[in-house]
Amino acid sequence: MSLAQSEHPKGPLEFSAKAKDEIKHHVAKYPDRRAATLPALYVAQREFGYVSPAAMATVARELDIPETWVREVATWYTMYNKVPVGKYHVQLCGNISCHLTGADKLIHGLSQALGIKPGETSKDGRYTLAEVECLASCGSGPAMQVNDDYHEHLTVEKALKILRDLP
Amino acid sequence: MVTETATVPAPAPALPVKTVRVVSRNWGKPNSHTLPSYRDSGGYKLWEKTVKGQGLKPQELIDTVKAAGLRGMGGAGFPTGVKWGFLPKDNPKPRYLVVNGDEGEPGTFKDRYIMELDPHMFIEGCMLSSYAINAHVCYIYLRGEFLFQVKRMEAAIDEARAAGLLGKNILGSGFDLDIHVHRGAGAYICGEETGLIESLEGKKGQPRLKPPFPAVVGVFGCPTIVNNVETLTHVVPIVEMGAEKWKALGKNGAPGTKLYGISGHVNKPGVYELPFGSTMRELLEFAGGVRDGKKLKAIVPGGASCPLLLPDQLDTPLDFDSIKKAGTMLGTACAIVMDESTCMVRAIARLLKFYAHESCGQCTPCREGTHWLAKMLTRIEHGEGREQDLTLIDEVANNIMGNTICALGDAAAMPTISYFKKFRHEFEEHVKTGKCRFGEHEVAPRQVTIGP
Ligand SMILES: Cc1cc2nc3c(=O)[nH]c(=O)nc-3n(C[C@H](O)[C@H](O)[C@H](O)COP(=O)(O)O)c2cc1C
Ligand code: FES
Repeated sequence: MSLAQSEHPKGPLEFSAKAKDEIKHHVAKYPDRRAATLPALYVAQREFGYVSPAAMATVARELDIPETWVREVATWYTMYNKVPVGKYHVQLCGNISCHLTGADKLIHGLSQALGIKPGETSKDGRYTLAEVECLASCGSGPAMQVNDDYHEHLTVEKALKILRDLP
Repeated sequence: MVTETATVPAPAPALPVKTVRVVSRNWGKPNSHTLPSYRDSGGYKLWEKTVKGQGLKPQELIDTVKAAGLRGMGGAGFPTGVKWGFLPKDNPKPRYLVVNGDEGEPGTFKDRYIMELDPHMFIEGCMLSSYAINAHVCYIYLRGEFLFQVKRMEAAIDEARAAGLLGKNILGSGFDLDIHVHRGAGAYICGEETGLIESLEGKKGQPRLKPPFPAVVGVFGCPTIVNNVETLTHVVPIVEMGAEKWKALGKNGAPGTKLYGISGHVNKPGVYELPFGSTMRELLEFAGGVRDGKKLKAIVPGGASCPLLLPDQLDTPLDFDSIKKAGTMLGTACAIVMDESTCMVRAIARLLKFYAHESCGQCTPCREGTHWLAKMLTRIEHGEGREQDLTLIDEVANNIMGNTICALGDAAAMPTISYFKKFRHEFEEHVKTGKCRFGEHEVAPRQVTIGP
C-alpha cells in the first residue's frame, strides 16, 4: 500500500486541546523541540488511530518542524502504525526464549483460530496479528502484548480466552 | 487504539526470587513501588544527606564507584567510575545523565523488575549519579513496549518531585535536578548507546561513529553519560555501605551482587540476585534445573548475542573476566537454557531473523550480512540448504565481525559462529538429509508485510 492510499480520508487533522497540552508538556522536557517527535507521534497515534501522512503533517505543524523530519522518524520505528490496525493489536513474541517455551505453537494456534496470518487484520476489524521481537518477558513466556497490555505464561487456550474476553 | 493505562501481569510466584537482597531488597513488599514504602526502609536518606553536602562530595562519589569496581550491566561491562571520569573538565556545556532502559537484548528481562518493583531505588541511584557527574537533567530511555514501566517511573518521579527530592534548589541545597522519561518506539538498535542518543534527540536510532564518545559529545551536542538501569541502581548500596563492604559481597574475585536472569528450558525461570561471580551451575540450581528432567544441551549466558556455554563449562563463574576465558561473554547476565530437544539450526535461524530485522541499515556488512545469514539459515532449517551454505556461513559471519559502526553486527555474527562451530553436525545433517532429527518444526506462518 502506498502512503497516498493510506491517507486519512477527511482532509487535515486537528489535535484536541488535551493533545496539544500534552505535546507542550513533552516539548518542555528537551532543549530542542525536535526531541519531542517520538512522544508527539504517540499522541497522534492515540488521537487519530494510526499515523497516516496527514497525522505526520499535523505533528510537524504542532511542533513547528519540517514534515520530512517527522515522516522519516515515523516510518523508521515499528511501533507507529502507518496503516490502521484492528481494535486489538495482538503482538506475539517469537524470539528465542519464547521460541523455546512454545511460541511457534502459540502463533500457529492463534493464527488458525482467528483465521489470519501474522501481519493481517480480521475481516471484522477486531484483531491484527503480528509476530514481534523479544518483549522482555522471557522468564514468563511465551508472551504477547495486546495493544499496550502484556500477557505472559500463555498457551493457545489461555491466549484465546484473553482475546475473546476483551470488550 | 492505544489504551490509557497499560498493565503487566503480576510477576509469577517464582519470579522474582532472590538470594541476597541488596538491589532487590524491597521486591515483594506491599506497595514496594511507592514513596512511603521506600521511605519506610530508609530510602532517600542517602540522597538528602548527599544533596545537602553532608555526605560524599561529587569526586568522592566517583572515586567510591571506581573503588567498588562497578561495571556496566548493559552488556559491555565498562567500569562505571572510569566512564564518569571521561567527562571533560573544561567544557562549559550542560552535562546529561542518560539511562538505558531499552532492555531489548533477546532473553533479557531484569531491568523491568527494578522499575516495576522498586522504581525509587533506581531513581535514588540516578540522583546520586547525576550529583556525582554534576548533571542537572537525567533522561530515562525506555523501550516503547514498556508503557507500564513508563507510567510507573513517571508516577515515582512525580512523587519524588512533590516531596522536594527533585526540582529546583533541592532541599535548599542550591542543586537542581529533574528526571524525564523518554519512550522509544520499537527498535533494538536504540539500546546501543549512540543509537539511543539519536532516538532521544527525536531522530532515527542510527548509531554514531565513535569517537567522539558520548562523554565528550553526547545528547544535544553535550557531554553525556549513558548507563544501564541496573548499573545505576547498584550505586545506592555502594554509597550506602562503602566500596569495600559492597565488593566483599561478591565471589570468585567479582565485586558486589548481580541480577541474573534465567529463561528457556528450566523449572523456575526468573530473576535471581546472587553474589556477583556465582557460577552458571549455581544459577541453574536456583532455577530448579533443566525442565522435565531433560539433559542440558547448551546455555546462552547473557542475552542472545553471546556465544554458547556447554554443559562441561557449568562451573564458570558468571562475571565479565571469568566467562571471557570460557570463550563467551557475560552480556546482560540473563541466561537462556536449551535442553536436548532444542534444534540449534532452528534457534540460530530465528535469531538471525531478528538481527536482520533490527539492523539499522547503515553499514553494508551488517545490513547485507545479517540478511544473507538469515536466508541461508532459514533455508537449511527448512531442509532446503545447499552444500556451499556450510562454507558460506562462517565466511559471511566473519566478514561482519569488526567491520561495522556499532556492535549489532558482531552480536549477530558471534552466536552464528559459535552455534555453527559447536553443533556443526546438526547443520550438516539438515543439509544432507533435508530433515530435522528434532521432529517437524511447527513453523510459524511467515509474517505478511503490511504498510508502506
Ligand atoms: C545492538 C546493541 C544493543 C544494546 N542494547 C542495550 C540495552 O537494551 N540496554 C542496555 O543497557 N545496554 C544496551 N547496549 C549497550 C549500550 O550500548 C551501552 O554499552 C550501555 O548502555 C552502557 O551502560 P553500562 O555501562 O551501564 O552498561 C546495547 C549495545 C548494542 C551494541
Ligand atoms: S524472548 Fe519472548 S519475551 Fe523475550
